[in-house]
Amino acid sequence: MYSLRALRRFVQDSIGHIFQGNRYYYAWVGFLLVLIAAGAAAYLGQLRDGLIVTHMRDQVSWGFYIGNFTFLVGVAAAAIMLVIPAYVYDWEPIREITILGEVLAISALVMCLCFVMVDIGRPDRFWHIMPLVGRLNFPTSLLAWDVIVLNIYLLLNWFVVTYLLYCGYTKRHYVKAIVLPLVLFSIPMAVSIHSVTAFLFNGLAARPFWNSAILAPRFLASAFCSGPAILLVLLQILRKVTNLKIKDEAIFKVAELMAYTMGFTLFLTMAEVFKEFYSNTEHLVYTKYLWFGLQGHHTLVPYAWGSVACGLAAFLLLLIPRTRHNWVGLNIGCVLIYASVYIEKGMGLIIPGLTPDPLGEIYVYTPSATEILVAAGIFGIGFLVFTLMLKVAVPIMLGELTVTSGQPAPEADPDHLALAKH
Amino acid sequence: MKKIATLKSRRRFLGGAAATMAGAMATLTGCGRNEVEAFLQHNFRELSKDELRQVIARLEQDAKRKYGKEVRIGTEPAQQGVIFGYALDLSRCIGCRRCVKACVKENNPSRDPQIEWIRVLQLNKDEGVDVSHADPYYNPEEVPQEGHFYMPVQCNQCRNAPCTKVCPVGATWQEPDGIVVVDYNWCIGCRYCMAACPYGARRFNWGEPAIPAAEVNPVTHYLGNRPRPKGVVEKCTFCIQRTRKGLYPACVEICPTGSRKFGNLADPKSEIRYILENKRVFIFKEDLNTKPKFFYFYGV
Amino acid sequence: MVIPSFRPPSRRALALLCGWFLVGLAGVRAQDIQVPPPPFTEGLFPCTACHDGVNQKVNRTRRELTGMHSDIILKHGPDSRWCLDCHDPLNRDRLHLASGEQIEFTVSYELCGQCHGEKLRDWRAGVHGKRTGSWSGQKQYLLCVNCHNPHTPHFQALKPMPPPLRPEAIRKGGAL
Repeated sequence: MYSLRALRRFVQDSIGHIFQGNRYYYAWVGFLLVLIAAGAAAYLGQLRDGLIVTHMRDQVSWGFYIGNFTFLVGVAAAAIMLVIPAYVYDWEPIREITILGEVLAISALVMCLCFVMVDIGRPDRFWHIMPLVGRLNFPTSLLAWDVIVLNIYLLLNWFVVTYLLYCGYTKRHYVKAIVLPLVLFSIPMAVSIHSVTAFLFNGLAARPFWNSAILAPRFLASAFCSGPAILLVLLQILRKVTNLKIKDEAIFKVAELMAYTMGFTLFLTMAEVFKEFYSNTEHLVYTKYLWFGLQGHHTLVPYAWGSVACGLAAFLLLLIPRTRHNWVGLNIGCVLIYASVYIEKGMGLIIPGLTPDPLGEIYVYTPSATEILVAAGIFGIGFLVFTLMLKVAVPIMLGELTVTSGQPAPEADPDHLALAKH
Repeated sequence: MKKIATLKSRRRFLGGAAATMAGAMATLTGCGRNEVEAFLQHNFRELSKDELRQVIARLEQDAKRKYGKEVRIGTEPAQQGVIFGYALDLSRCIGCRRCVKACVKENNPSRDPQIEWIRVLQLNKDEGVDVSHADPYYNPEEVPQEGHFYMPVQCNQCRNAPCTKVCPVGATWQEPDGIVVVDYNWCIGCRYCMAACPYGARRFNWGEPAIPAAEVNPVTHYLGNRPRPKGVVEKCTFCIQRTRKGLYPACVEICPTGSRKFGNLADPKSEIRYILENKRVFIFKEDLNTKPKFFYFYGV
Repeated sequence: MVIPSFRPPSRRALALLCGWFLVGLAGVRAQDIQVPPPPFTEGLFPCTACHDGVNQKVNRTRRELTGMHSDIILKHGPDSRWCLDCHDPLNRDRLHLASGEQIEFTVSYELCGQCHGEKLRDWRAGVHGKRTGSWSGQKQYLLCVNCHNPHTPHFQALKPMPPPLRPEAIRKGGAL
């Protein structure tokens, strides 16, 4: 059948395309593979000796791995920052690049799943969490919800991306009735993945720092400003190294939305800080530990203030049109936003939530070498997935990789940019 | 009409398929049958009597191989009409930590990395029960120290337990006699329950547990003090291996000042009910509504 | 209000009845709770070996003892407390209650309970003192004096057992 053969060629051509590239491409992939190898070696040590090779202990039982997981769920959710203007507001300049946001979401989700796998004490028992085969404690456990929504979101994005690319490859218009509902469905799904992740923290009465109603809005606000930051930098790189046409408008619009969401994030942070300091209950200890230190322990203080400073600077840079439309200003803003939210989700959320512990003890947690190496390896995996998917997606979007490319074409197909036009 | 497959039969089919595949893999990779069975074992609550017998036999074999002694793993169920309750007299505890060490002797936690289920907090009489001034590492020449009082903390076996709510795989639950238990062969080690516990009562096996063979207590219960593997959560189980046979927990028996009391909350003539009715009793972190079955009181 | 219905006496009740009967006969209280034997100092009991009323005359003067029993430090309540407040002057193998009634050392808790009534009540209920035995069956009781030295009842301080390791000290391959 034509479609089966085309599908097979799609897969073959995609894989073939992954192995074609210039020296910069190979250097980049090589670098990622080195990172992954280092991470894998470190992880093998962790498998052999147990999580004791990390610096997590009973007093601070979640750390770097879960911090990264939380941050990356936000990045995955941020794909809808592109989807909403493109599909809900029908804004043409962004439509062409929505698929790139979805590819980012897939890479981020792959990293999320990796971080969960390396954090649990018994990865060999991972199947226990699968419904039917194992025993999923749904709907009582928020982690069970997270498993479900993250996988649905992953499948959703993966399906939409594959379908759109396949249509582009076979030079056919995609069926709107298939794509549009799925893409629109991804909006509440994106909101749900980050809300569920927030709920799994804020449902715990034992951790007053997390047990705050605005945790879910904070998560969403900070996700929507940090996710696109990576994307904007990436889009600029793609414009330079490929023929992909991305309008300046699209980039500036996303940057503007990031400014507003960062502003809202700062407001929510301030609201949280006000509540803790003004009510001045026993629960102040966690907030105090984060911003001012406790009992001589000040490890987190520079990170807390640094995160706010970066966030505020980024907010201003991206808010003011003059700095936003300036490429230096824009990119500095993106880097600052990424740094601000990365710190806030890791050191600014997980650690103060667990320090002091429920019996008042302060154990100062910093990630061990193993944790850093494993995390680096997982970021390597995520970037590799992103790179390889783009290596296939961009040529398809440009019409350079189609079912007939490589075969002598009688005349140029006017529909080959069908993908870009949708 | 075609019979609709029940959840259990579907699971058995999948289990059978998985077992066949695993068996094939085992033959190919040279992995032992025990390892494959261990991998496929289901949640304790879903095992049939036969499956449970096989699991116990395998675990006892493993323990014998590891420690060189006969370890008996019991599966005594909860007794009817029993709900365990515990009371601790804060006016009498002198912080000697004999309960901590007796618990370690009885319940086979890892010695290295060190795990102790009971944590004794030294608090200030000026501040009362305020954990921001708690010190679990006190080590003076003698106790009690002037101006301080002592508050041991262990699993409160809450009636409204936040830990059993959050477990994604249902590896921890509350038994009918009120003990919150962990199935060490089902736990995936995600440590969500540890984040959820407001009393810091749960412990994690960060490394491979190590117990000198001579110190292994061979009288164990599947849900209690049997030797645990790496990467799972554990905690006080009110000495389930003792209390389900009518004995007191080890910590109750060792306490030299008689600060610890235990009994059946459902029995109106028990000493625990006597305490609840006649003494000044309080609950740790009561505002969290965990409804513990561990009560602190002032007996003097 | 619950009106208790009549039930035939249990074995324990019958034992108690017999005990009280014997009290009437011997003028001595029977043991109603199973306890270990009193922890006498080696070689001292029976006291009547020396305090036979013939070679040793009763001296009721409150004084500090020199000679025998000077090793006993008495610090129990007010300074005016002295030996014969508890030890029966006429029969040193017995203690006596405030009423003058003599009791055996095996039921010394009756004496302690005169002043420490709440503690006696709690002890009978199983709520005071070291608890061993079975929560669902027979509890094992101790005499007051098994834990509290009647002459200096104040608990001595104990050396605490070692504190837990700090989390920083827990490392792979042995604690620091």
